[in-house]
Amino acid sequence: MSEPMHECKYNPGFMRDTLIPQVALITDIRTETPDVKTFRVERPEGGKLFEHLPGQCAMVCVPGVGEAMFSITSSPTNKLYQEFSIKRCGVLTEHLHSMQAGDQILVRGPYGNNFPVEGELKGKNLLFIAGGIALAPLRSVINYVLDNRENYGDIDILYGSRSADDLVQRKEIEEVWSKVPGVKVHLTIDREQEGWDGHVGFVPSYLKELAFDTNRTAILCGPPIMIKFCLQGLKEMGFAMEQVYTTLELRMKCGVGKCGRCNIGTKYVCKDGPVFRFDQVDELPNEY
Amino acid sequence: MYRIAKANLNALYAAIAASKELYLPVRSAGKTNFAAWTEGAEVDLDTLKTVRSPKDAFFPQSENLYTCDRTDGKISITPEALQEKPFVVFGMKACDVRGVAVLDKVFLSEPVDSYYAARREKGIIVSLACSRPAVSCFCQTFGIDCAAPEGDVATWMAGEYLYWLPQSEKGEALTAELAALLEETDDAAVAEEKASIAAICDRLPLKGLSLENWGAAAADKNFDSPLWEQLYKPCLACGTCTFVCPTCQCYDIKDYSTGTGVQRFRCWDSCMYSDFTMMAHGNNRTSQLQRFRQRFMHKLAYFPANNDGMFSCVGCGRCVDKCPSHLNIVKVIKAFGKEGV
Repeated sequence: MSEPMHECKYNPGFMRDTLIPQVALITDIRTETPDVKTFRVERPEGGKLFEHLPGQCAMVCVPGVGEAMFSITSSPTNKLYQEFSIKRCGVLTEHLHSMQAGDQILVRGPYGNNFPVEGELKGKNLLFIAGGIALAPLRSVINYVLDNRENYGDIDILYGSRSADDLVQRKEIEEVWSKVPGVKVHLTIDREQEGWDGHVGFVPSYLKELAFDTNRTAILCGPPIMIKFCLQGLKEMGFAMEQVYTTLELRMKCGVGKCGRCNIGTKYVCKDGPVFRFDQVDELPNEY
Repeated sequence: MYRIAKANLNALYAAIAASKELYLPVRSAGKTNFAAWTEGAEVDLDTLKTVRSPKDAFFPQSENLYTCDRTDGKISITPEALQEKPFVVFGMKACDVRGVAVLDKVFLSEPVDSYYAARREKGIIVSLACSRPAVSCFCQTFGIDCAAPEGDVATWMAGEYLYWLPQSEKGEALTAELAALLEETDDAAVAEEKASIAAICDRLPLKGLSLENWGAAAADKNFDSPLWEQLYKPCLACGTCTFVCPTCQCYDIKDYSTGTGVQRFRCWDSCMYSDFTMMAHGNNRTSQLQRFRQRFMHKLAYFPANNDGMFSCVGCGRCVDKCPSHLNIVKVIKAFGKEGV
């Protein structure tokens, strides 16, 4: 080879290779909704598995069952453990939902980029928009921002789900987030339900009703159809694409941009994402 | 420049294999592929292209990453040992050597893949010039000279001799170890062989294949072209092109149950398969057109955009030879190039 050989330097923070996981102990499992549970994980000997940034992901594996990428829902400001909110929708997630506190799994990470909480988001008014399980990636940012409250302006959290029973982290939303000064929480559910006296309607239409001014940065996560109509709504309100962030989700295996699955255009979602600004999303081939 | 009589090559192989693993083209069951040398192996340096590329030597079709055992509900992990024994890959062609340079861009970029890096550290490439490049060859398109291959040592077959030229520190060290078998000579015979190869290259049908309209700039431009609709149709989604390709590096990670635990291994995968991108909640490439486009856009546009213009194709022509429906990267390159459809 004409090029000099690379030195074989191993990866800091990992046992030897980013493909080799750590053993993690499930220390708590909370049932959030009929199909979402939040798993708390620590090292078997106690303590956090690793440090991460808001928006980053990790590979969660049950040996012999499967391995998949999940967003880390706990904030980096939590110094004790990491949490994953996981919806039951496939082989691995089905198995995870059958597990108990005290069981061991494998976790490797963190992978990917993060929301620029110390960069472009700092000092801004923030508008979080989420639907269903998509609150999971936003929760890490929201708690980071709330724990560093003085660094950010007004905060609005617009969150909706199919029914009141499908609202993830409802206790934290009502007992913690909505009590922080300068934070407004706007909850909505798709259809009328007994015992619900809050807003009823889809997230995009509630967004229009709330008629935010553009003096804020929006962070938008949810099912593709919700993203589409919310984005349209934000555009009509005058938001520039540079003011709106989201996360992309594609099939991943390695987490480090080598196995090829999450390649879209010149980007690898696992490495260059999952966080993208919408002006960056617009530059990608329409294949996500 | 050194040389060794072809008649003495077995002694050379034996001398290398005494202290290292040695992989070289071996004829077996009617096919020539890279395999470990053993006494009596039918070494075949005359076949131009092995069926599979020698990328296995650095990126095996399947390899264990770690073993995972479970005792009393507690999991323990034992990472697979890295390559420790030095090895030689003998007889790699110029295109396949470039293929390794492409794999380097993937596996040696941060975070470095330790399994691959260990093999690159321990591996010594002895390349072999192509005496008779064939009609499906187009390495020239990618600036590769099959008469002067890269590698730790380059070799040429000419007359009754194999000519041997160390080109790196590793190559010099190997040459020193084999000094008793190699005799110093001038490069007259090699110059003659190079001229003969160049004359053949000049007459190859794909000599003029142009990469116009490809490269980094094509990343935005070619994606929405109506040409894909015409090009992809014969594709059977068999994945043969990806398995014979010296640069295809997409892989899967899977589990193998050992009874008491699990062996986690990775194996080659193919972007041509429908489940490659399938998730529990959907698939972002549901049509074969999308998967076909992804393979070529990756090789000819996305990869160059991310790697200073280096293409992820080396013109070896294996996919041209092996595609069951006569579809190949040459047709794709041409369709978008100035030669037209």
